[in-house]
Amino acid sequence: MSDYNFAYLDEQTKRMIRRAILKGLAIPGYQVPFASREMPMPYGWGTGGVQVSAATLTPADTLKVIDQGADDTTNAVSIRKFFEKTAGVATTEETGAASIIQTRHRIPEEDLREDQILVYQVPIPEPLRFLEPSEIETRKMHSLEEYGLMHVKLYEDIAKHGAIATSYAYPVKVEGRYVMDPSPIPKFDNPKMEMAAIQLFGAGREQRIYALPPYCKVVSLDFEDFPFEASKADHACDMCGATDSYLDEVIMDDSGGRMFVCSDTDYCTGRRQAGHIGAQAAAASAALEETAV
Amino acid sequence: MTPLLKVENISKFYGRRIGCKDVNFDLYPGEVMGIVGESGSGKSTLLNCLAGHLNPEIGEVLFEMRDGAMRDTVTMSEPERRMLSRTDWAFVHQHARDGLRMNVSAGGNVGERLMAVGARHYGNIRENAIDWLGRVEISDTRVDDRPSQFSGGMQQRLQIARNLVTGPRLVFMDEPTGGLDVSVQARLLDLVRGLVREMGLSAIIVTHDLAVVRLLADRLMVMKDGHVVETGLTDQVLDDPQHAYTQLLVSSVLQV
Repeated sequence: MSDYNFAYLDEQTKRMIRRAILKGLAIPGYQVPFASREMPMPYGWGTGGVQVSAATLTPADTLKVIDQGADDTTNAVSIRKFFEKTAGVATTEETGAASIIQTRHRIPEEDLREDQILVYQVPIPEPLRFLEPSEIETRKMHSLEEYGLMHVKLYEDIAKHGAIATSYAYPVKVEGRYVMDPSPIPKFDNPKMEMAAIQLFGAGREQRIYALPPYCKVVSLDFEDFPFEASKADHACDMCGATDSYLDEVIMDDSGGRMFVCSDTDYCTGRRQAGHIGAQAAAASAALEETAV
Repeated sequence: MTPLLKVENISKFYGRRIGCKDVNFDLYPGEVMGIVGESGSGKSTLLNCLAGHLNPEIGEVLFEMRDGAMRDTVTMSEPERRMLSRTDWAFVHQHARDGLRMNVSAGGNVGERLMAVGARHYGNIRENAIDWLGRVEISDTRVDDRPSQFSGGMQQRLQIARNLVTGPRLVFMDEPTGGLDVSVQARLLDLVRGLVREMGLSAIIVTHDLAVVRLLADRLMVMKDGHVVETGLTDQVLDDPQHAYTQLLVSSVLQV
């Protein structure tokens, strides 16, 4: 065991955060204020998500941390190490083996189960913020269900770009009541939010926690003549050939070479191990065989 | 005929100072009421009390709802009052930037009230917005421009379009022509007069410009130091002022 209290935060703080989480689960989509602590990392690096994870972790849990779908990027690696050191919990890169998954800006491709918890890192929890700068006013709008302004944002999108161009942090309405910012996940992930796992959202700098209980109704806002569309790059993964996953576009060289790969690294690895192969991976291995001959 | 708005004994105090005191009047459908007075006479305080922006200490503001019942908007719950101010009421601010969203396109500004009451069809909202821009003489090529790219007079006309798009029954105007040059003022007044007559609107216009009320208002209320000193038909009050202050006010206007 380390010299830290289990999962870094003291027990009183964790109780306070758990109360906020329970309140958030009782009122899906409602932003519960909480006394966010300073964490040993800068704001914007997931201080909210880390506090929610710390309050949720038990010694028996297995933790997975992803950043934009990947297990091996800086943010994911350092948060995983942080909890290895301060909580001593087991960690994994496999979606299916984790009981708590902290995520930045993605939902794993694999369907989550009822015994799993997904923790989001949230930069700006208030979906109305960019149109209404006053917090007093936005709170009033939430309490009176005045959400016309959210559609003004979508209207502006269509007027400017001919289609709803918002492609991430796409606003949703929860259980027909609160309009919620799903954190900057791509809108491709929005339909997945009606899931079996508990979803918790933590915003450290803004001091807000909100939550979605399992199987909660989550509807993406849209217009009758411009319905919501969960879009992704129109391509298959060049590594594993998946056509149903969200893709990252990777620039390969200066002459326009590019490849599309699954943003969920665990999903891609799993598929390749199961024998699936994408176009560029197949070409590369063919070239390798040729040189060997 | 029953009044659309019945104001009874409205008083508003700022600490020990008087904002406005014991104001009574009825406003009938289709009628335009002017409130004139010098700066600090309490006319804006009164207007804000009527429109629900300020809470008067004493008095009632009874408004005829769509079902015909008279409801006191002072004691009404906030959601109901905010609903009224999105549907049956409109408020035109002196400075257009107070009443517009400067970082949203003209079409979005006009469409906001429609979306606030549940319109969810982009094509219809846009068509409606363009129609209203036309009615306030703004070209449909400007529909996607932001108000910050508009002239002062255009901003004011846009504000009027944004307010009238949901077909309100009562319009509050606070110095609608303030800060505009005279030729732009004249065109704006002409436009407002046309819209008021055409839509059968009732309106309460606060101004210190007697020419504005002469053109628009059916009835006039003169305020001084928070009190109403004289009321009557516009022409009657302006042509035959009885109260000493009204006489001063009328004679202060330069006759060209």
